[in-house]
Amino acid sequence: MGPNAFGNMRKIKERVIEKGLQASALVTIAVTVGIILVLSIEAIRFFSEVSIVDFLTDTQWTPLYTDKHFGILPLLSGTLLTSFIAILFAVPIGLSISIYISEYAPRSFRKTIKPLLELLAAVPTVVYGFFALTVVTPFLQSFIPSLSGFNSLSAGLVMGIMIIPFISSLSEDALHAVPNSLREAAYGMGSTKLQNSFRVLVPAASSGIVVSIILAISRAIGETMIVAIAAGQQPRLTFDPTVPVETITAYIVQVSLGDVQHGSLEYRTIFAAGITLFIFTFLLNTISYRIRKKFREKYE
Amino acid sequence: MKEKKDTIDKSLKRKHKLQAKEVKVFYDDFKAIKGIDMNIRANKITAFIGPSGCGKSTFLRLFNRMNDYVDGFRMEGEILIDGENIYKKKVNVEQLRKQVGMVFQKPNPFPKSIYENVAYGLKIQGIKDKNYLRDKVEDSLKQVGLWSEVENDLNKSALALSGGQQQRLCIARTLAVEPSIILMDEPTSALDPISTAKIEELIYELKEKYTIVIVTHNMQQAGRLSDYTAFFYMGELIEYDKSKKLFTNPEKQQTENYITGRFG
Repeated sequence: MGPNAFGNMRKIKERVIEKGLQASALVTIAVTVGIILVLSIEAIRFFSEVSIVDFLTDTQWTPLYTDKHFGILPLLSGTLLTSFIAILFAVPIGLSISIYISEYAPRSFRKTIKPLLELLAAVPTVVYGFFALTVVTPFLQSFIPSLSGFNSLSAGLVMGIMIIPFISSLSEDALHAVPNSLREAAYGMGSTKLQNSFRVLVPAASSGIVVSIILAISRAIGETMIVAIAAGQQPRLTFDPTVPVETITAYIVQVSLGDVQHGSLEYRTIFAAGITLFIFTFLLNTISYRIRKKFREKYE
Repeated sequence: MKEKKDTIDKSLKRKHKLQAKEVKVFYDDFKAIKGIDMNIRANKITAFIGPSGCGKSTFLRLFNRMNDYVDGFRMEGEILIDGENIYKKKVNVEQLRKQVGMVFQKPNPFPKSIYENVAYGLKIQGIKDKNYLRDKVEDSLKQVGLWSEVENDLNKSALALSGGQQQRLCIARTLAVEPSIILMDEPTSALDPISTAKIEELIYELKEKYTIVIVTHNMQQAGRLSDYTAFFYMGELIEYDKSKKLFTNPEKQQTENYITGRFG
């Protein structure tokens, strides 16, 4: 074997690796397309039986009862309410943490605290769900006696804890990426750390911070276990955080695990609900992608 | 007798706006400044020259305590402004920096409007009076000769300005706070020759009201602009004299080698 044979071998190896990488990229795309296809086909079948106007305007969601209503609004309100509570809780805390880590904490502390915080996102959501149901709800009930055993408040709060690292970590990255020259400019004019953080750095990093919040919202809307366990399974159109509600995801779990017959209209409701959810998270991800792209241009 | 001594002290203070006494600076174990004594005169332009890494920027940044944020920074000795040691514990660093403004190498306007950039220093002092702010912004922009160029674009982003305009904006932003001293760290090194000429002209005008210390790599700039020049090398102050004298007839061989371009 001469040197050429080795050269050829290497060329073949390169080709194999290249094709392998290409194949794995294609598989992901194929799977995504497949999912969207199945979702769409089943949803179209659903909407051939239920009018889309009813779906969007009816205020009751009772596909599993004899008096069937197919209004997505109650599920949507449950989803939005729990997510809203989570965001309301997670944004101020996540942002404070990111500012502290980026501007106040010593460098060594930053190195330890960041992975620890990200561990919060690694806790299995089923654990969060039981934490909400068995710890947070009883604790809140000692202040709010009228609080139901299942409610969106404690589910939302615990979901908030779960998404804190999304916000704190990505916001911290954004703050950290603000050029040092801006910090120097602000300090050079006599800013305190607080003034520097809130008047210069947060506005300068705002696009990154907004992206982190959008991704967190997207995560909260898609979250399933916590709300399925702690928020209840009663679809109702309400913004009262103390009563049981049902989110889109929780409904899908309920039907998937139940004894609804495959191919029936009841079964197809989960695809209609699923596509609604998909549209929401898709929109949020697209917005955050757009902002991130713009943000990258700004600093390069 | 005592009265007389006081007036002497006062005039001395006025003459020596900034003083360094046996100043040493360390970054962890690295000795960046190896013991410098220096007096800088009020209402003059003093230039710091020297090869990269000679400690001139570090030394400049001692006067508004900008090194405080650098990891591993430690200082020995005293820095006095108007006779007050600015490294004493009770010194309010924010207050100090309002008195000692700084202009940086790369123009670094905030990603805000032109107006907000100039008003920033006043706003963080809690000044809210719109008319006062407006006057002050106009005044500062006029001082740097930028007013006529931007008066109709005050709400536009400062990042849309050219590099030279941005740097003048940064000077205006500094002036708005009414410092008595302005530190400039290679303020024209990122600019084209025309913008550089404009800024130099401006610096020359500013010395009437301000004490200016400027770090520069540009020997011609130091020569034509400054009243005094200090040559730094390897963390030491090698020579410090009237610019005319230092550039035409330096005392030390090292200085001569540097200004004639034999090294550095």
